[in-house]
Amino acid sequence: MQGILQLEKTSVLYRYRNLFIYGTLLIVAVLASYISNPVITTAVLASAVRQATPIVLGALCGMICERSGVINIGIEGQMLLSAFTGFLANVYLDNLFLAVLVAVLTGALLGLLLAFMSVTLKIDQIIGGTVINILALGLTGYFYISGLTTSGKLQPIRLGPLADIPLIGPIFFSNPPITYAAIILVFLSHYVLFHTRWGLRTRAVGEHPRAADTVGIDVYKIRYANVIIAGAVVGLAGAFLTLESVGSFERAMTNGRGFVALAVMIFGQWTPFGAWGAALLFGFAMALQTQLQFTGQFNIPHQFIGMLPYVLTIIVLAGFVGRSRPPAAEGVPYEKE
Amino acid sequence: MSMPPVALEVRNITKRFPGVIANDGINFTLRRGEIHALLGENGAGKSTLMNIIYGLYSPDEGEILIGGPDGELKPVEIRDPHDAIRLGIGMVHQHFMLVPVFTVAENIILGDEVTRGPSLDMATARKKIKQLAYEYGLDVDPDALVEELPVGVQQRVEIIKALYRNARILVLDEPTAVLTPQEVEDLFKVIENLTERGVSIIFITHKLKEVLAIADQITVMRRGRVVGTTTPAETSEQELASMMVGREVILQVEKGPAKPGEVVLDVKDLYVAGERGIEAVRGVSFQIRAGEILGIAGVQGNGQTELVEALTGLRPFVKGEVRLNNQLVPPDDPRALFELGLSHIPEDRHKYGLVLPFPIADNEVLNTYYKPPFSQGIQRQGNAILEHARRLIKLFDVRAPSPLVPAANLSGGNQQKVIVARELSRDVRLLIANQPTRGLDVGSIEYIHRKMVEMRDQGIAVLLVSAELDEILALADRIAVMYHGQIVAVMDARDADREELGLLMAGSGTVEVPVSTPQAV
Repeated sequence: MQGILQLEKTSVLYRYRNLFIYGTLLIVAVLASYISNPVITTAVLASAVRQATPIVLGALCGMICERSGVINIGIEGQMLLSAFTGFLANVYLDNLFLAVLVAVLTGALLGLLLAFMSVTLKIDQIIGGTVINILALGLTGYFYISGLTTSGKLQPIRLGPLADIPLIGPIFFSNPPITYAAIILVFLSHYVLFHTRWGLRTRAVGEHPRAADTVGIDVYKIRYANVIIAGAVVGLAGAFLTLESVGSFERAMTNGRGFVALAVMIFGQWTPFGAWGAALLFGFAMALQTQLQFTGQFNIPHQFIGMLPYVLTIIVLAGFVGRSRPPAAEGVPYEKE
Repeated sequence: MSMPPVALEVRNITKRFPGVIANDGINFTLRRGEIHALLGENGAGKSTLMNIIYGLYSPDEGEILIGGPDGELKPVEIRDPHDAIRLGIGMVHQHFMLVPVFTVAENIILGDEVTRGPSLDMATARKKIKQLAYEYGLDVDPDALVEELPVGVQQRVEIIKALYRNARILVLDEPTAVLTPQEVEDLFKVIENLTERGVSIIFITHKLKEVLAIADQITVMRRGRVVGTTTPAETSEQELASMMVGREVILQVEKGPAKPGEVVLDVKDLYVAGERGIEAVRGVSFQIRAGEILGIAGVQGNGQTELVEALTGLRPFVKGEVRLNNQLVPPDDPRALFELGLSHIPEDRHKYGLVLPFPIADNEVLNTYYKPPFSQGIQRQGNAILEHARRLIKLFDVRAPSPLVPAANLSGGNQQKVIVARELSRDVRLLIANQPTRGLDVGSIEYIHRKMVEMRDQGIAVLLVSAELDEILALADRIAVMYHGQIVAVMDARDADREELGLLMAGSGTVEVPVSTPQAV
């Protein structure tokens, strides 16, 4: 450990030394656990990846919005309504692909609504997000029909020989499509945000919109586009819930995931990989609590075990919110001179 | 001598806003390679004119013509900054249009990115920037983060940003407002370098000395009109000032010698933490006596803000001792300080000086509302507050139709008068004024300066913090220079030398002056 800490300050190893240290510890812990009980370890970790899926998608949505300067606290509502419309589409169209598409479009449409409220009408963005949350809760509650069934949900796709690797195979290479999509979106959004013209302009608009405006960048257009795209991303999270994970719709089934996603976004410092890491941590906490309740090894009331992910959220928010640095212009409507 | 060809001409530009004519039939000609100063007070219409040229506003009447390489003038339409950039017009705004968390290169290419496939091509961008920097003698590191650069270098980044877009006409909006005297000299060298390469400069300012030092042509604006065009050889500071204001102006503040009395404020070894956990003030000690003005000179961001915040109870201090009227003051308790006789004209009048949506009347009692006659028990006394405001409006010459007008609706100068009225209408012993005239017109500056000298003559101790060296030299009886959170020198204003102060402000002081126990004058 001492050796690692004394590396040249310029080297890549030095810059990512914490990642290396914690990464090594993590791998050692996982391997130790795998040796002692391979079945449960694999099951918990695979479940963690899947549990993390809607959260990382929600966090990416929040990140894309905030990087362009719009706060989105309506993620929960977007996720819920998308889950609902996706489910209905699956029931009536009986086509999973179209159902996912409907969910994605629903998310994007709510994104358009948020963009209209916060960019064009310049409504307080917290209110705008709350409108979406209440709207989604009301609509899904009102139109909810109990007892609807579907003919199926999205099934895991095994990626050939990759899926046969012990431990890693079942965790990463034997997942249903939306879980894969979430992982791809993490890499894709990192690339777009930090290595393309669109990303540079988006970040500029979120940090200093007037500077962007004076070099001829259309601040409103960039914000609209990002908020709508972000809506489509979280629409996928809704689709995950009803079309991949559960297979049916329940009232308020998002269960706070949209808000957990916001915490994850902050914990991840508004970066895709940060959000992914944080989401996996929450996914792990959820998988762990399910496993603990299932095995009943510990003599703790299940309510306390069920709290685990939410307690983690509170700790993360209390510990990191003050120290993190959000995009400078987020939440502020842009007024042209 | 043959005149160089015209680079830009505006003819008869008129722009009306609800209730005001911001530009009224403006004619203005800029020749190639010329430095043309546009001089005028705040609200004279300079910025409106430049925003029209840069495509941010569209004029109601008039036309803009651009000279081609062959000298031929063509009328153009500039609908947005894109058009302006395409026509070779670049602008360096007073508040830099740079993204602080971006690198220099990212800021420069923003909006005009070099790409390879879908990816940004930073290597090519870097090369292009380095070449431009070399060509025009503008030294910057393309990979530095903008927020970590000194202001003077940030300005260079802005200039390169314009050159990167092939600007041949460069508009500099109040470029020297935030620079140290040495940085101003560097900037002037850069400007001359640019003009030698055929770039034409429009230099917007209200500082007369600079205009005379650098401009080839001077156009003076007042109330939306051009009142005259002249050259430095034909005019003087006094004449330019009169043209700007429209009447004779007293440039020199009239004041007699100070008669310092007992010590009012005694600061010993003060340490104050800054925003990001860095110590912003590091071991500052000084005294101010009744009836004297202590000026703190220094480039912005050297701890003055934190020092003032600590002394006014807005920011806790880490270590040290502050005595006001021989009483130890508790840190972090503005009301206790007010009751000990402190008055404060804050740096940011919108953020700390006024509650903008509140009427003038309520703003005038922000620090006394809880005391009789403005309050009886828990009941607010509206009539007493209104009466008080009416009296102050008259006494301090605030131009407002009624005490019920929201502070937000007043001009900058009148807002400052509302603050001055509130702070000086009480029984005070110490006045702390931080940048009291920033952004004000000459008339208001005159008024505030006169008021401060008046207070001094009444035996009040005054602490003046200003980034404008001229203001410090005009008002202070003693001058302290702050650099990197420390007072690096204290001197009698009569012995102060601009050059030396400038060097001290830039941290390259050659004279070591003891930091502790300043002598009374």
